[in-house]
This record gives sequence, structure tokens and C-alpha cells, in this order.
Amino acid sequence: MGIRFILMVNKQGQTRLAQYYEWLTLEERRALEGEIVRKCLARNDQQCSFVEHRNYKIVYRRYASLFFLVGVDNDENELAILEFIHLLVETMDRHFGNVCELDIMFHLEKAHFMLEEMVMNGCIVETSKANILSPIQLMDKTS
Amino acid sequence: MDTLFQRGLDDIIKGVRHQQSSTESIFMSRVIEEIRREIKSTDLQTKSTALQKLTYLNSIHFIDMSWASFHAIECISSPAFSHKKIGYLAISQSFSESTPVILLISNQLRKDLKSGNEFEVSLALDCLSRIGTVDLCRDLASEVFILMSSSKVFIRKKAIGVVLRLFEKYPDAVRVCFKKLVESLEGSDSPIVSAVVGVFCELSAKDPRSYLPLAPEFYRILVDSKNNWVLIKVLKIFVKLAPLEPRLAKRLVEPICDHMRKTGAKSLVFECIRTVVTSFTEYESAMKLAAEKIREFLMEDDPNLKYLGLHAISIMAPKHLWAVLENKDVVIQSLSDEDPNIKLESLRLVMAMASESNLMETCRVLVNYALKSDPDFCNEILGSILSTCCQNVYEVIIDFDWYVSLLGEMSRIPNCKKGEEIENQLIDIGMRVKDVRPELVRIARDLLIDPALLGNPFLHRLLSAAAWVCGEYVEFSRNPVELMEALLQPRTSLLPSSIRTVYMQSAFKILIFCIHSYFLQKEDMTSEVSDLASKRECSESSDLATGKALVQSDQDEGFNPRESNQSYEYPFSCRYWGWTEANLDREEVIASRVVEWVHDGFSEELGPVSVTAQDRVPIPDELVLKENLTDLEAICGGVELPAPGSFSLTSPYYGESAVFSVSNLQDEEDSEPSTESTSLLTEHRKRHELYYLPSEKNKIPANDYPPANDPSSSINTNDATEDLVKLADQSLVSKRKPNHAKPRPVVVKLEEGEAAPVVSKKPELKDDLLSGAIHDILLGNEAKAASSQSNPSDKSSSKRKGKAKHVDLLDSKENLAVGEQPNHENPSSRRSKHRGDGKQKSKKSKGKKNGDGRER
Repeated sequence: MGIRFILMVNKQGQTRLAQYYEWLTLEERRALEGEIVRKCLARNDQQCSFVEHRNYKIVYRRYASLFFLVGVDNDENELAILEFIHLLVETMDRHFGNVCELDIMFHLEKAHFMLEEMVMNGCIVETSKANILSPIQLMDKTS
Repeated sequence: MDTLFQRGLDDIIKGVRHQQSSTESIFMSRVIEEIRREIKSTDLQTKSTALQKLTYLNSIHFIDMSWASFHAIECISSPAFSHKKIGYLAISQSFSESTPVILLISNQLRKDLKSGNEFEVSLALDCLSRIGTVDLCRDLASEVFILMSSSKVFIRKKAIGVVLRLFEKYPDAVRVCFKKLVESLEGSDSPIVSAVVGVFCELSAKDPRSYLPLAPEFYRILVDSKNNWVLIKVLKIFVKLAPLEPRLAKRLVEPICDHMRKTGAKSLVFECIRTVVTSFTEYESAMKLAAEKIREFLMEDDPNLKYLGLHAISIMAPKHLWAVLENKDVVIQSLSDEDPNIKLESLRLVMAMASESNLMETCRVLVNYALKSDPDFCNEILGSILSTCCQNVYEVIIDFDWYVSLLGEMSRIPNCKKGEEIENQLIDIGMRVKDVRPELVRIARDLLIDPALLGNPFLHRLLSAAAWVCGEYVEFSRNPVELMEALLQPRTSLLPSSIRTVYMQSAFKILIFCIHSYFLQKEDMTSEVSDLASKRECSESSDLATGKALVQSDQDEGFNPRESNQSYEYPFSCRYWGWTEANLDREEVIASRVVEWVHDGFSEELGPVSVTAQDRVPIPDELVLKENLTDLEAICGGVELPAPGSFSLTSPYYGESAVFSVSNLQDEEDSEPSTESTSLLTEHRKRHELYYLPSEKNKIPANDYPPANDPSSSINTNDATEDLVKLADQSLVSKRKPNHAKPRPVVVKLEEGEAAPVVSKKPELKDDLLSGAIHDILLGNEAKAASSQSNPSDKSSSKRKGKAKHVDLLDSKENLAVGEQPNHENPSSRRSKHRGDGKQKSKKSKGKKNGDGRER
């Protein structure tokens, strides 16, 4: 299914956003996030951004204090996922203006909404920033 | 009133942030209590805010929200969009197939899918794509189908995104939606194409054959598209299709190489590389270009590109070793990279380069490198050495003596956790390679005698192999008594009982061997007793007796059997000198016969057995296997496994010494902590000298060897890096050693079925529902369509023929089934119009087939 989950985690290892494209129970999610955070946050800048975990691959990238972690199937293109993360950050940047951890914390719904525009069923369906943001902007205007 | 004093999500977030970890749980439970109260409110605003807070806590703080599923449904039925939004998010996040109220949303979803507000439609589609169950997908398939022809790109795109879920849960939806899906490929709207290509990419991963007829469409996208995302997905589809249709490769190579040369996007370049190295390996020029690009990746400073470059080379390695050799410098360097992932990739490549000529050197360097690596990587190194060396029944190994001693060396690496693999190989080699047995016994003895190894639970399996080897090939041992002592040393109490069983059996084998030798020697002596004049001569004859087997090995080993044996044989024979005067009495004759008999049993050669051997044994007709084994417990229930201490060898034939040493060792182990130093064995021997078989020089075997966990003694870690560099130079020239010191020994192989039984490669039949449906639609009865690949235009037309035809039919079926359904064959009906009536007949037969398919 391409993308299995998307996580945003801060430097302290606290989850700030979690989006799963397959059903996991709360316990499974808690365990998975714990393992992944331990694995990825221990790595440094000189190490590559891909980590194999269980039966999938995690592609991650750090922006300031926030880690973006994407769990993908093993044959997914790692670099494309990195680009996807970058696109996500750019999109949020455009919307929030210099996005930071707090923006995501307090506007979690919007972040989810953007992700829903970009990814369906684990497939990336939209890659244009304008297209991703237009529904949100419309909603902002009307409310 | 409620709303006025209700805390919003922001308040909760701020509240959580201000809590200390100690007060957080109290705060949480208070908040949840509050939510439970608010969510029951009749005011939808209050309810949705409560749900919003709960959703947040669920997502970030793992708070259970399954109890609120009904309230979420209430929210989505609100007329206000903001409530709907909150409700849908909660549902997508918390509903699973087992949520009891999930069917209740079916009607609301349908309503929203038909809504005039595109954002409501989009919410419903998103939700369906996340939680769609079989029932939901069946109920809503027709709505989704209508949306696939929506005039709004925004909606169409999302409808396509849902299709994947629809197909997965309700394969019959294929019959309705597939035509639309294929048509979307032809559109020029980029978001639509990128969505639909994503769907096909996932579908083709499960069952590529069904999508072969669409190859021309994908080819067109590959050539025309400017969108890297789309191109990457299309390449992924072609990787799946290429093995099914050899002619595809010829057409694809050029455009792919074109992309590789022109694009600036590394992700696309990498996808092209991966496509080429996995699917187009026989196209030399493409491979060259890919290797060139890989080289560029490796030269970059970016660890990501380096990792991917190495990864790509490792895909090439099996068929194109030159690519590895060309980049040898980088590969070797990466072995000391900071990133464990990169190290791992480069390790794989180093092992890929190993050949008969450089294996010894490579392994030496790697083992030294393993010593100073962190435990994980150390075991990765050992693991890859082990797996490389045993490939194809030890194909690369010429000098087995060397390899066996390498196994011994690896066992002594402090972090070694590969006991099980080494165990398998020790036994495997012992059985397959006759010539190596003397050396194998020597290595096994060294392992057994080292009490330090007993403390490492990862090595226990390995010790059981060593014990087995010593017992099985004891005739090659220079000093069986020493083996016996090692097998019975007190620290064996550290071993699990299953392995101690092996120890005991081996000890028994050795015992039988010794007694047998003794009787053999005595027989010789009684027959020659008159000729024997002095003790010296007697001891010589004892050498002959025990050395029966030794002699063969001695010639290889080049040591003097006299000298080495005399040390223990001399007193041995002395002690029994008195006996030879008298004839063997009756009991002894019986004893010697029994020993002879057991010995014959043990000396039977055990060869390797094919894994499929069991299958080849016909099951006898009269054999009736009991199905129910519950009464087994009743039988075994009373029997307890003997406690280690109660073990005793009381049979009269086994001599006193054995009985005593066992029971005494047992006492010893009770009174002394098991974490004793390596000299325990020595002390024990001193104290209980009486019970040990006498040996001329009381050398302490354990002290002959460096303690196992002392890396400093075996290597100089400083030069490991230089060694790596040297290795790079050496393996660069893949020189063949002119002649090997000794010829490669015979390795016993089974004629066939050596490898694990070939797993049938048939695709799983589980996906048949989906693939069958697609197959029907795309290929119909005209299987020819797929085979006429070389001419795309012709093929695609025939494909469309089949397609259009089926969909017509399906549409009519669908009309019957769903009832009110618009006539949605507009665009492609044009195509089917000018088709002759001849098709009608086949359509009918197809209909029957589809009907059957539906009943499944």
C-alpha cells in the first residue's frame, strides 16, 4: 500500500501527529511508535535517513525540533518519500507561515486534513501545494 | 450553557503541556471524565468539541476512544460541516472492522457521497478509503463509481483513491469501476493520472499478469509524462510487468535510459537504476549507464545516496560482479562508515566479492574487524561469513582445515551469538568432508576444554556440536581421556539439559571406544603373550591396538603416534599387565562382546540425509497413526526427567571410575558457584586425583589456551583498518593461486533435493477474486491479446475490444442489480459501436462465465 503510516515526533520523542493507513490497536501503535522513535532519534546527521524496521522501511527527516517519519513498504522509492516529506513541510510552511511544532500541536486537524489531501489509501494522490491547500483555505474563509 | 464553560481543545493542549509527569495521569482522567459527560450532551457543538478533544488524546496520548464510536456517528450526521469534519476524523482514526456500530454509517456515507458540497463528498470518500469494510464497499460501490465521472477533478481524484480499498474488500466492484479507471489513464489532468497510476502500481504488485494489456498506456505515460511521481510509479509497474513479457524490455530500455540521462531528480534516477538492475540485466549499455549513475551516487557526500548506491550495487552483484569490483574502494571504505546501515550494505558486497582465491584473506580481515566492532555488527559480520562459506555446499572453500579452525576462532569472539549456525556447520562438515575430521576433532576438543565458553548461553548449541563431533569421530582424537574430562567437567552444569544429553552420549561413545581399544589390545597381548618379553614392547603393542584408526590420520598429520600415545597408553597398559597373565575369564568375554557390539553400532557411518528423504519412504499399509495424543500425557505424566544429580552409570561394564567421577562432579557443582574461574577443572582434578584416569603429565588443558574472552591476545586491533585497505588491493587483482597446498577434499553431496524443497512459485490463489475479475475484464477469452505484445497499437485495440465488450455487458448486469443506474458507457461505447455483431456470441458465453465468477 505504499505508505503505511506518517508520524511527527519532537526531539523528546513525543508524538505530535500520527496517521496510520492500516488498522493497529492502541497497544500496537504505542509499541511501534516507541520502537521507531528509539531507533531513529538515536541516529545522527552523518547517517542515512532510512531505517529498516520489522517488515517495512522508515524514511525520516528532521526539520528543526521535529522529526517526520514515514513508514513505507520495502520497495518504495526512498528518495521520493524524502521529497514527499519535504513537500509536506513546504505545504505546511505555506499555510502556517514558518511552521513550528506548536502550529502542528494546535492545528492537528488541519495537518490531518492536508495529509488526507495528499495521501489516500497509502498512495500519494496530490503533489501540488495549491491543490492541497485550496480546500483548507476555503474552509478557513467560510468559518 | 454547557458550551460557555466547556474547555476547548486548545485548553486541553495547554493543560497537558503544563502538567508534570506526576500529575499528568490525574489531569488526564479528569479530562476524560469531563469528555464523557460533555459527549452525552444533546447540543452538537458541545458534543463535537468533546469528540475533538477525545480524538486528539487518542491520537497523541493513546487514550481509548472506542466507547465513543456512536457519538462520532452522531457528529457526522450533523448538518454543520465543522461537526462533520470532527466526526469523520474521529471515525477514520478509531473505527476498525470489528467496531460494532460501523454499519450504521453506511446511510450517512451514502448521503454525503451524494451531497452537492464537494467537501462533504471528499470527507466521505476519505473516510471510506480508511475504514471501508466488505459491507460498506459493497453498499457504496455504485456511488463511488458515479463520482469517478464527476465533473470536478477534486472529486474524481478522490474517488479513484478509494477504488483500491473497494477492489480489495469487494472485488466485484472491478466489474463496475475498472473501465473508468483505465479511461482515467488517458486523461491529461495530471492529478488524476498520478492518482490512477498509484492505484495501478498497488494493483499490479499483487497480480501483474492482469495488467499486461495496459502496457501501451503505461508506455505512453512513461514517454510523455513530466511528473516525477508518476514516472516513478510507472517504472514500478514495469518492473512487475517486464518478467512476464520479454519483448517489453526492448522497448522500455531506451526511454528509461533517456530519463536517467536527462532528469535532475535523484529519486527518478534511482528508480531508473533500480528498474534497470532488477529487470534489464541483459542490456549491457543500460547496465553500464546505471553503473555510471551509481558511481555518481557513491561519490556524493550524502549518506542517503551512498546507501542507495551500495544497495543498487548489491542488486547487481549476483549477475554483474564487475559493478562491485569497479567500486571496490568505496565499498571497502564504507565498511568503517559511521552508519550501521551503510556498513551492512558494504559487508554484503564484500562477501559478494569473496571467491576461492581471496576468501581466506577476506575472512581473516573481517574476523579481526569483527573483534573491534560493536556487538550487532560483529554478529552481522560473522553471520555473513558463515552464510557465504556454506553456499552451495561449501563451494568456495578449498582448505577445510582452515575453515574449521576459523569456525573455532569465531566461536571465541566475545560477542559471538552465532552458536546455532556454527553448530550446524560443524556437524555438516563433519558428515560431508571425511578428510577434515582429525582437524575437526582437534577444534572441537579445544572448544570443549575451554570452560569459559560454557558461560555464554549463545554458544551452548555450538558446544553440543563439538561434543557430538568428539564422540562421533573419537578415533581421530589424540587423547580421548582428555575429551572425557572435558565432557564431564563440573561447569557443564551451566548447560541446558538437552545439550548435556549430547555430552553424555558423547562421553559414552568415547568410553566405548576406550574400552574397545583396551580389549583389542588385550586380545593381541594374550595371543602374543609368550613373545612379550618386556613392558616396553607391550606398550608398543597397545599403541598398535588403539592406534588402529589413528594410523590413518597420523600420516596426514605427521605426528608420531608413539610419542603422543605413550603418555597415557603406557600406564594404561601397565595397570592391566597382571591380567594378561591369566586368560580372559567368562565375564570379561561377555563384556568384551558387548563392547564390541556397541562399538560396531557407533562406528557405523552417519551420512548427510536429504531433507526430502522422509517423503520418499513409502508409508506401510498397516501403519495406523493415532490422531489423538491426549493419553500420552497420562503415560508421560508420572515420568519426570531425571535430575542432573541423579544421573549415574551403574551398569557393571562401565567401570568404577566413570560412576564416581560423574557423581563427584555433581557434588562439586553443588558446593561451588558456577561462575568459577577456568582453573576449576584443575582444582577438581587435584582434589579427586583418585577418580581421574591417570595421565603421565598432569598438564592442565584449559591453561594451554588463552581465556576465551580475551580479544587482545589474538589480534592487534590497530592494523585492522590497514588490513581493510590491503584487502582492497588484493581482491582487486583477482589472481588465482597457482596451486593449492593440498587438493580440495571430497565433499559429500546428495544427488538431488539437497536444497530445501523448492517452494512452488505459483502466485497465491487468495487474490484470485480480484485478479480473476480483472483478468476477465481485460483479457476476456482472447488470451491472444496479451501475447501480441510486439505491436502495441494492434494490441491495445484488441484489448479495448475486450474491455469495452465486457463493460457493456457488466453495465447491463449492474443495471439489473443496483436498479437505478445511469447509462455510463458513453466514452468507450463509441469504440465498441463499430465492432461487428460477431462479438455478441462470445459476449453471451462470457456472461455465463461472469455469472459463475459471481457465485464464488
